[in-house]
Amino acid sequence: MIMVADSELQKKLASLGIQPGDEIMVASGERELKGILIPHHEFSDHGIITIKLGSGYNVGVKASGRTRIELLKKADASPFGKQQRGAEHTATNELRRVAFAGTGGTIASFVDYRTGGVFPAMDAAGIVSLVPEISRICSLEGRNIFSVFSENIGYQQWCVLAEEIADRLNEGYSGVLVSHGTDTLSYTAAALSFMLPRLSGPVSIAGAQRSPDRPSFDGYLNLVSAARVSSSSDIGEVVAVMHASSSDRGCHVHRGTKVRKMHSSRRDAFRSVNAEPIAFVDDEIHFLSDYRKSTSGRVRADTRMENEVALLQFYPDMDARDLLKWTDGKKGVVVAGTGLGHVNSGLVDAIGRLTAKDVPVVVTTQCLYGSVDLNVYATGRDLIKAGVIDGKDMLPEVAYVKLRHVLAHHSRPGDIRKAMMNNAAGEFNDRRTGLDEF
Amino acid sequence: MNSDPPAHIKAGLEIHQQLETEKLFCSCPSVLSEQVSGLVLRKLRVSVSEMGEVDEAARLQTAKNESFEYEITPNSCLVELDEEPPHAVNMEAIRVGLEMALLLHSAPVDEVHFMRKVVVDGSNTAGFQRTALLSMGGWLDVGGRRVGIQSICCEEDACRKMERKGDTVTYRLDRLGVPLLEISTDPDIDSPEMLKAVARKIGMLLRATGKVKRGIGTIREDLNISVRGGSRVEIKGVQELDMLPAIAENEAARQRRLLDASGRLAERKHAIEHGWKDMTALLSSSQSTVIRRSLSAGSIIGGMILPGYAGLLSSGGQSVIGTEIAQRLRAIGIHGILHSDELPAYGVTEEEKTRVSNELGARSGDAFVLCAAPLSRMDEAMAAVVTRALQAAIGVPEETRDAKEDGSTAYSRPLPGRARMYPETDVLPIRVDRKLLEGIASGLPEPFEEQAVKIEKEFNLHRQQAVQIAEEGYGKLFTDLSSRYGNPAVLARILLNNIPEAEREAGTSFGDLSVLEGVMARLRDGAFAKEAVPGLLVCMLRGRGLDECISALGIGGMTREEAAGIIARIVNEHSDLVRERGEASVGPLMGIAMKELRGKIDGRDINALLASEVRRVISSRDA
Ligand SMILES: [Zn+2]
Repeated sequence: MIMVADSELQKKLASLGIQPGDEIMVASGERELKGILIPHHEFSDHGIITIKLGSGYNVGVKASGRTRIELLKKADASPFGKQQRGAEHTATNELRRVAFAGTGGTIASFVDYRTGGVFPAMDAAGIVSLVPEISRICSLEGRNIFSVFSENIGYQQWCVLAEEIADRLNEGYSGVLVSHGTDTLSYTAAALSFMLPRLSGPVSIAGAQRSPDRPSFDGYLNLVSAARVSSSSDIGEVVAVMHASSSDRGCHVHRGTKVRKMHSSRRDAFRSVNAEPIAFVDDEIHFLSDYRKSTSGRVRADTRMENEVALLQFYPDMDARDLLKWTDGKKGVVVAGTGLGHVNSGLVDAIGRLTAKDVPVVVTTQCLYGSVDLNVYATGRDLIKAGVIDGKDMLPEVAYVKLRHVLAHHSRPGDIRKAMMNNAAGEFNDRRTGLDEF
Repeated sequence: MNSDPPAHIKAGLEIHQQLETEKLFCSCPSVLSEQVSGLVLRKLRVSVSEMGEVDEAARLQTAKNESFEYEITPNSCLVELDEEPPHAVNMEAIRVGLEMALLLHSAPVDEVHFMRKVVVDGSNTAGFQRTALLSMGGWLDVGGRRVGIQSICCEEDACRKMERKGDTVTYRLDRLGVPLLEISTDPDIDSPEMLKAVARKIGMLLRATGKVKRGIGTIREDLNISVRGGSRVEIKGVQELDMLPAIAENEAARQRRLLDASGRLAERKHAIEHGWKDMTALLSSSQSTVIRRSLSAGSIIGGMILPGYAGLLSSGGQSVIGTEIAQRLRAIGIHGILHSDELPAYGVTEEEKTRVSNELGARSGDAFVLCAAPLSRMDEAMAAVVTRALQAAIGVPEETRDAKEDGSTAYSRPLPGRARMYPETDVLPIRVDRKLLEGIASGLPEPFEEQAVKIEKEFNLHRQQAVQIAEEGYGKLFTDLSSRYGNPAVLARILLNNIPEAEREAGTSFGDLSVLEGVMARLRDGAFAKEAVPGLLVCMLRGRGLDECISALGIGGMTREEAAGIIARIVNEHSDLVRERGEASVGPLMGIAMKELRGKIDGRDINALLASEVRRVISSRDA
């Protein structure tokens, strides 16, 4: 909810010295309404004043030339845009210290119940006042290192985060808890996985699909579970900790290079793709599959990445000229092919022209579930001949992040191929078991 | 209690009516369902608001650490599961609400803003109910009196509560999201009968829109009521209009008894100074079933002296403060309570009463309460006893009570504080402009009197029937079906008599009357006779389709020729009677024929066929 200039009305209100939060009276015709002026809703009609009545209801009132508006009482202090001050929280010595790194997103925000306006929590104390149960699990310390909508997070933020995590772990924190918007959470998880090859403690990333103003806030369980993982597990990986099902029974711990958001709105949107989750967390941590353990020693953030990498999804009739246009100037390309990793024959030639220029092309599958296999059909074999790198069961997005990291560290085609085929951070899984729902 | 004059009360009504539309924020059908396809378990928590305030009632509710289990039904989707944002608001529901606003002279707002009203008892998966104020002010005239309208709101209905097991409450998602109109009157109602009349009139107007659900549970009335000197008490969940006067009478009488008790208490010294004492040992050999059962269940018996309260807990055989205390305890799940005004009784002897009294140090004029509860809960139980006993001094405490089927009420909780409401940012504001209102105004149902006159003239009905049809809100439906399928007299009878009778017999009601379309069409086509309708309705109320019922009841498809054949056989079998009585035999033969042909062909047709067959037999014999 933001203020949108409805210029004439705004001018009229301003001339009366009225600001949102003030108590006003609006009279038109026989009707007189008293209430608190609410900031203009961005989708409210022109000339509509929204006021909160004594009953708690907001209503829109049309203000015309004949409408009388009176200021009844100024708000004590503008309640809008005020920063949340977290409840005083004293660290208990017995509890392990976990570093908090906030990145924005709805998971860590407060609502102004008068207006519905949402303000971010600024530090660990804010998070703890939102989720008091954390204070029984660990001593959470830290702050927001930036406040960016999830969709605007990219390389720059990954670097800041990776450095922050390394610094905190090197200071002796048991682990790190990152709060993150859900849209790009898995990209960040993958990037951090490659940037932080060795960790002295768990790094868990938690998000929320429901905002914290709701009593049904799903981030509550995600944050509690992430705090548990970051404070008391020997995981030495970057993991996403999110609802395991639609129920509030517990969370799954997903490997940072295997996790993907698979639903736009459900609590259990995050799934480990082509892998078992590492663990299920309720009041305890129940491990489900192997993981890399944390190691002692200094944590180093290796944040170098190549910027000129493209991620393209193949579709029927995709044109070779388009492919060459979009990949012009790129140092590497990831293609999400159909099925086992296929593209139409016209593209095979274009891909061959890229690899001939030493631009590596990694093939993944847009099915997401299952692995690329280029040996089964002729098209696949043609792609091998064209020089592509087999992305195996790696998610297209993970291949994209990995290729950026690899290209910043290697320049010879053979080395690049070797690095891409190396299972650096658990992004490949050779044994895909079971026939569970995917 | 002496014979009271008719109660003078001050009361207002809040009517919640389910609408016959899709759900408010998704396209799921607004029906109840007995099919459960899955369960999810959730918890709700209240967070501190930006202003640092937490709603006390909400905090207490979440402190209970309850879990909520939601039963997924075919008529629920991700919206009800709180797994998807609400879809665009159902404008049909908003239009019905605005239609009611116009009918009640209530002024619509210029822009409707949906709010989130925090509710953490689990009845809403999100932890809030979506609600919007549509209009303010207004009035309606009832029996020459004017009653003010406070507001009309549109909101989503909550989940159906199925059961509670320990800390887990099970809800069903079927009802969640069904659109409700909430119509609140001013507290202008001053007699129990007027309460009913106002509720009836609003109900008529709602039905006249043709968009409301019918049947038990689809309209719920809350009332707030006080007598002079009393306080506002909210009574929730009255489902039967006819119960309103009795509930109001009972509540008025209760408030008067409480006021009387407070008057008597004021004349005495009544400080409550001592805590409770353990009476378990003293009563361990009691023969009282109440006490024995409690002790064997592991409870202890606590005793609490209430100095100055003798004769106030019950008075003249009528329980006063005693019942109030018992209801407070029941609300926190404690059921075992006895008090000195009712003893000796329930197997507690005079001697035991005296022993308890002495042990507690009670003097004449003092009362005591015995409460059976687990030791761990006794402090909480006695705190509830003391709280309610102290409130006796003020007379009528403000509170929320639940309506019971017998017209009584029971304490449920304190009056809720002002609801915490904040904007539902996922739903766009709805502009209520002149164009929208003009469109609604042009489709408003005519006043009942005019409808009745038209129905009477056009379909040649009795005045009384026409008025009833209009007032029941059947005007549109009746005119529509009668114009298309004929048989207006039959339809009138179906609406006013057959349906209520069938619903009583089947113990359930039609959610809507769309079934009548088929019934009237098939009746016109001669698929069955009007006599078959009551049986058909009962059959359909039991969940079967029209065609299925027609064949199950064996009433379908008899042609005039087939009937003529059966009648010829009957006449032949009774040729002696025809010979003896000639044409007068048609009367007794009619009874016999009806037994076989009822419902399969119209009675008048049977009569005509019979008469002609008898005449044919007589004339052929004469010839
Ligand atoms: Zn739905």
